[in-house]
Amino acid sequence: MDRDTNLNHLKRQIVQCAYDAHEGHIPSSFSALDILWVLYDRIMRLEGPKRDRFILSKGHAALALYVILAERGILSAAELNSFATYAGLAGHPDLGTPGIETTTGSLGHGLAIGVGMAMCLRWRGINRRVFVLMGDGECNEGAVWEAALLAAHQRLDSVTCIVDHNHSTDLKVGVGDLTAKFRAFGWQARETDGHCHSSLQRLLARPGFYMPTAIIAHTTKGHGVERMEGNPEWHHKVPTAEEYEEIMEELA
Amino acid sequence: MRGQFVKSTENLMEHDSRVMLLLGDISVWPFRHVRTKYPGRVFNLGVCEQAMAGAAAGLALEGYRPIIHSIAPFVTERIYEQVKVDIAYQNLPVRIVSIGASYDYAASGYTHFCPGDVAIMKALPNMAVVVPGTAQEFDYFFQALEGPAYFRLASQCHHHGSMARIAVNRGPTVVIAVGPTLDLVLEAARDLPVTVVYYAVVAPFDGKDLNWICRDDDHIVLVEPYNAGGLVLEIQEALHRPVKITCVGVRNPKGAGWPQDHDTATGLTVENVRKVIEQNLA
Repeated sequence: MDRDTNLNHLKRQIVQCAYDAHEGHIPSSFSALDILWVLYDRIMRLEGPKRDRFILSKGHAALALYVILAERGILSAAELNSFATYAGLAGHPDLGTPGIETTTGSLGHGLAIGVGMAMCLRWRGINRRVFVLMGDGECNEGAVWEAALLAAHQRLDSVTCIVDHNHSTDLKVGVGDLTAKFRAFGWQARETDGHCHSSLQRLLARPGFYMPTAIIAHTTKGHGVERMEGNPEWHHKVPTAEEYEEIMEELA
Repeated sequence: MRGQFVKSTENLMEHDSRVMLLLGDISVWPFRHVRTKYPGRVFNLGVCEQAMAGAAAGLALEGYRPIIHSIAPFVTERIYEQVKVDIAYQNLPVRIVSIGASYDYAASGYTHFCPGDVAIMKALPNMAVVVPGTAQEFDYFFQALEGPAYFRLASQCHHHGSMARIAVNRGPTVVIAVGPTLDLVLEAARDLPVTVVYYAVVAPFDGKDLNWICRDDDHIVLVEPYNAGGLVLEIQEALHRPVKITCVGVRNPKGAGWPQDHDTATGLTVENVRKVIEQNLA
């Protein structure tokens, strides 16, 4: 398997879904995609009660998760094509959808839910991990830091929180040095390039020792499409027909 | 009722190993024996109420039966979105138990009042809302309802052991008493030709009995220990016709003092309730 897999085919699917549905957060999905790919392709055990748990706490990156679940056969093509329809896949993950552990979408909820799951796994003696993917904007939420306090207090070393730090907060309420913040809360924390599969794999492969782990993954919002990269206009924008053609060609 | 909460929780834990208790740094002392008896099942999660609710959801998603507890505003209003999405929408077996009710912590002032909790909790999908009038009533519903369910413990109890729906049947005017207000209502209605109907479970609301209790021209007096008028829609829908409902309940409490001060200010007194009933006699 290539160390860094080209994920343009998944990015094209994300754009297709968003274009068809007139809905979706494409740049946020692009910034999270490599992290999700490494988790689902190289790190996590996915099935059964002794599976690893994954929570997409930055729920608006749902399209990234959906295309990966479809690639793995957990979601069908029909389900993927039902994105944002009345009875289909929701714009944010919903409990009841195959492969989704909990409903997310309102930022700040996922880490605490992951804390609860990790407590259970420990009581049951199940040596599996809980991964929670958040965004840097999400780290504005007070609930995130309550959960961080509890995870460290409980010494939940099965919890790994990845922050998809695409620096969208640099133009708003900055989150500062997240690595230092997590360490101050009693976590071990590392930084990496969030688009480098080998580096992500190396950091994700190892759980923490007697403390939870935070991985601050520096990414580019809209990674791979020049007009989207770092452009706040595209946060919740759906391409026009002309833009769609140009973007798909760029991702070919 | 907090004493009963401790006993009921201990009883639940004895019979169901999935039951866990999460405390928001409240009632830690009363639960100390339970914590010793069931190590690893009682957690003080500090003043992290939102995370406490999220963790409870995580526990429930993994098959456990968590109970979360704090003073009413901190386990309803403060964590409302976590309750709405993580617990109620996902229909998870979480019991939410509050103390303090509308103004049991009167001396602490407005930040510790919660007359609005019942309205917001019963607006949520799948959420049962119990306003028990006695410790025994609380125990009965606490054992029976796995959740999602909200239990509103109050310092006041009524002294009528029966949970019978119709407390008194003397006449056509209907007075509905909710939870701890039953004593007050029965005293206020003494010798008056009224029928007193009692509710402890406000959601889901079981209004089918009201159809044969209430005649076409009945006026209803509704007495509630939380924001006035909470059950008006449910009563109207149960009767399938417009009906005059006069509400006695909490309205904009402010200040400190004692709970009785607020009862007086808001009209939850024998004198005021009797006056309202007399004004509405058929």
